[in-house]
Amino acid sequence: MELDRQSELNALRPDLLRFARLQLRDAGAAEDAVQETMLAALLGSHAFESRSSYKTWLIAILRNKIIDIIRGQSREVAASSLADDEAGDDLLSESLFDQRGHWQPETQPGRWADPEASFEQQQFWAVFEACLDHLPAKTARVFMMREILGFETGEICKETGISSSNCWVVLHRARMTLRACLETNWFAGVGG
Amino acid sequence: MLSCKQATELMSHEQDRTLALSERIGLRLHLWICAGCANYRRQIGVLRSACRRFGSGGTP
Ligand SMILES: [Zn+2]
Repeated sequence: MELDRQSELNALRPDLLRFARLQLRDAGAAEDAVQETMLAALLGSHAFESRSSYKTWLIAILRNKIIDIIRGQSREVAASSLADDEAGDDLLSESLFDQRGHWQPETQPGRWADPEASFEQQQFWAVFEACLDHLPAKTARVFMMREILGFETGEICKETGISSSNCWVVLHRARMTLRACLETNWFAGVGG
Repeated sequence: MLSCKQATELMSHEQDRTLALSERIGLRLHLWICAGCANYRRQIGVLRSACRRFGSGGTP
């Protein structure tokens, strides 16, 4: 049976808007991207059998809109402004490692129980989004370009005006921060 | 021998660039003896899978 696309689109709109806001951190630009996505979706004539396949299709359109917006923006993530993001990361690093750079006994990573099972739970994704949202803005921009929008680091350098080595350091800090956030707010409570 | 802090940097870099041979060897030796870093490597792999899933609209 074919999906009622109009009503599904309205039901999925908040998901699309959250997705766009996370990537763009600009309510106006996020709204524009979602509007354009909904318009493209209404004009499209594909038939979908499930909400999940429809959502996958919509997110793919939205991602392309977001990528276009990012490519159209001026280089605003100057290396100097990334320095503002660094203070908190140094604190995290100090709390994780001892003076010789080894894990503190209480922070040494353990096993995460069954991540695939977590991926099936809406509650996990709420935590995941909150963790992304807590990243400092410039760090978040670089990380999401890389891991969610699928840019190669070379293009991230070009679009943001930072060096490759700076980009790799920013990505490392983002992963370290997100890993710690997921550990604390999700996996420590799931059979940990 | 690498510290865990240095090892976590290399484990992130290997997701973004090809490691030099010396970096690969250093990391492999470290992972051989350090369970914490071996777990860290799996966890940032989970993080990458989660991002892919999120970015392709595959969330429930
Ligand atoms: Zn280690």
